[in-house]
Amino acid sequence: MTRIEVQEMHFSYTEQEPILKGINITLDERSTAIIGQNGAGKTTFVKLLKGLLRPMQGKILFDGKDIACMTVAQIAKHIGLVFQNPNDQIFKNNILDEVMFGPINIGMDEQEAKRHSQNALAMVGLSDCEDKNPYDMGLSERKLIAIASVLAMDTDVVIFDEPTIAQDYRGIEKIKKIIRTLKAEGKMVLTITHDMDFVADCFERTIVFAKGKILLDGQTDKVFSKKEELSQAYLEPPHVTQLCNSLGYDKVFLRVEDFVSYVKSKGIENK
Amino acid sequence: MAKIVAEHLKYKYPLSEKLALYDISFTIEPGEFIGIIGENNAGKSTLCQAMVGIVPNFYKGAYGGKVLIGDMEIAKSNISDICKKVGIVFQNPFNQVTGCKLTVYEEVAFGLENMGLPRSEMIDRIDYSLKLLDIYKYKDRNPFDLSGGQMQRMAIASIIAMRPEVIILDEPTSQLDPQGSEEVFRAVQNLSREGITIIMVEHKMEKIAEYSDRVMLLHEGKLIAFETPEKIFSRDDLDCYGVTAPAYTRICKSLGIKNKKTGFYPVTLEETKSLIGFSEKERCPYDQN
Ligand SMILES: Nc1ncnc2c1ncn2[C@@H]1O[C@H](COP(=O)(O)OP(=O)(O)OP(=O)(O)O)[C@@H](O)[C@H]1O
Ligand SMILES: Nc1ncnc2c1ncn2[C@@H]1O[C@H](COP(=O)(O)OP(=O)(O)O)[C@@H](O)[C@H]1O
Ligand SMILES: [Mg+2]
Ligand SMILES: [Mg+2]
Repeated sequence: MTRIEVQEMHFSYTEQEPILKGINITLDERSTAIIGQNGAGKTTFVKLLKGLLRPMQGKILFDGKDIACMTVAQIAKHIGLVFQNPNDQIFKNNILDEVMFGPINIGMDEQEAKRHSQNALAMVGLSDCEDKNPYDMGLSERKLIAIASVLAMDTDVVIFDEPTIAQDYRGIEKIKKIIRTLKAEGKMVLTITHDMDFVADCFERTIVFAKGKILLDGQTDKVFSKKEELSQAYLEPPHVTQLCNSLGYDKVFLRVEDFVSYVKSKGIENK
Repeated sequence: MAKIVAEHLKYKYPLSEKLALYDISFTIEPGEFIGIIGENNAGKSTLCQAMVGIVPNFYKGAYGGKVLIGDMEIAKSNISDICKKVGIVFQNPFNQVTGCKLTVYEEVAFGLENMGLPRSEMIDRIDYSLKLLDIYKYKDRNPFDLSGGQMQRMAIASIIAMRPEVIILDEPTSQLDPQGSEEVFRAVQNLSREGITIIMVEHKMEKIAEYSDRVMLLHEGKLIAFETPEKIFSRDDLDCYGVTAPAYTRICKSLGIKNKKTGFYPVTLEETKSLIGFSEKERCPYDQN
């Protein structure tokens, strides 16, 4: 099982403004959501894990090994990252070529790369589009292409930076399924998102970033019970939880289905 | 303030076989807050672009029918005249950045430069919008050094600073933190109360339900319905169109709780809260019919 340990990590883009201010955390097999205010440092954090940025202080241990001693290419064999903006990732004129680029780049042979790429395109529901040009697709599809490109690399760790951007609810269901599949395959899954209902549905562990530090970290339902800290981090609980809170229920739910079956079992009134 | 009228609007992208917009007609009154919903590829962005003339003037393709904003016919007007009346926030904020400005401040100023405003008015508007979107502290930053959400905030600020008669926002809060997206909805609602027409595409159904006066449901380029949020989200065929009702409405549908006054399911937290109650004794769930 993969483990990533981050010890006393600091990072800044410019001297004037520290961005990450002493991050200590161990990431493990639990499916994990990272949430937090715009600019809190979430994207910066995952770029550091992937070695695209390097810490100013502190270290990152990948299965006990300091990644400072690994090249970006070596790290890429283990960690896949789907960028927040798919345009930062996509550069080929044919979808299959685009998706095959990553696996070939980390050393898979043509045939294996093709097999993985076609699997990945099937997972995101774009099997029919292999020969299309990614630039002719809308943002939602480009995001799915970016996801497929990373899935095709079959890395131990898969990081998604805001995967649900531009997705309709079927797209979000598709992404939930992908995350569950990866988890079942024993991969480490980390996901940055602003969609709290998605977090409630899909992730065992939730980490809250605020102003370059970790404000909360724990089981998702525990994290969503901390109303004050959430609000301090410009977040809010899932919609159902908000309803429970405002009805003054002591029992708090994260998912519509759970709330509905509880209420049915108690008996309710239509006022 | 201008009314927006679409009459039998049809459009097909140049290399595509099927219509992206299929015979769409509607009227939007000045100051209305209109939500647009629909699954991916339903035609939401294309419709937005047809209201600012990018379709058909930039993308070309086959076009029929018309869109009028006030007495201006969009397809026959030039983009710079349209820009004075209508502002659009693109789905991907990256596409909005001019690329030729070195700071966030200049980027937001860009749209105001050709409006002939007095300098002090320009400064007031820029400062106001930057503060409204909570990015004033990044005003001297290079736009490309912003986080995704900050860039989206900048794109919204740029349009709000121009104060056009109509503001079109294509999934403007997709990268915003929860409180940020709430603030954007509130800010935009305030603009609509001042008489600015708001047209917003969103997948956040809870927000669309709370803030829209009316909602357009698009599917495969067709306008399926254009009604109040209560009426739209009470439909039982939403799934066929690839959309889902707000969490509150889904809860009430499962529990059979309707607003007896309107006959529709509740769509907001407040409305749900006022209708849901535990009975004194535990008993069978409220019978649906
Ligand atoms: N290239 C850069 N140069 C200078 N500052 C930067 C650069 N990239 C990001 N920043 C700043 O670093 C901070 C953290 O950015 P980051 O992209 O990690 O935020 P985030 O938590 O992912 O936010 P969002 O939710 O908006 O995506 C922000 O204040 C941002 O403006
Ligand atoms: N630039 C383009 N060229 C060709 N087809 C396009 C282009 N942009 C969108 N389309 C097609 O038009 C239809 C509507 O797309 P769009 O308006 O982007 O939908 P939505 O915003 O609802 O997701 C889709 O079938 C899409 O593939
Ligand atoms: Mg980010
Ligand atoms: Mg769109």
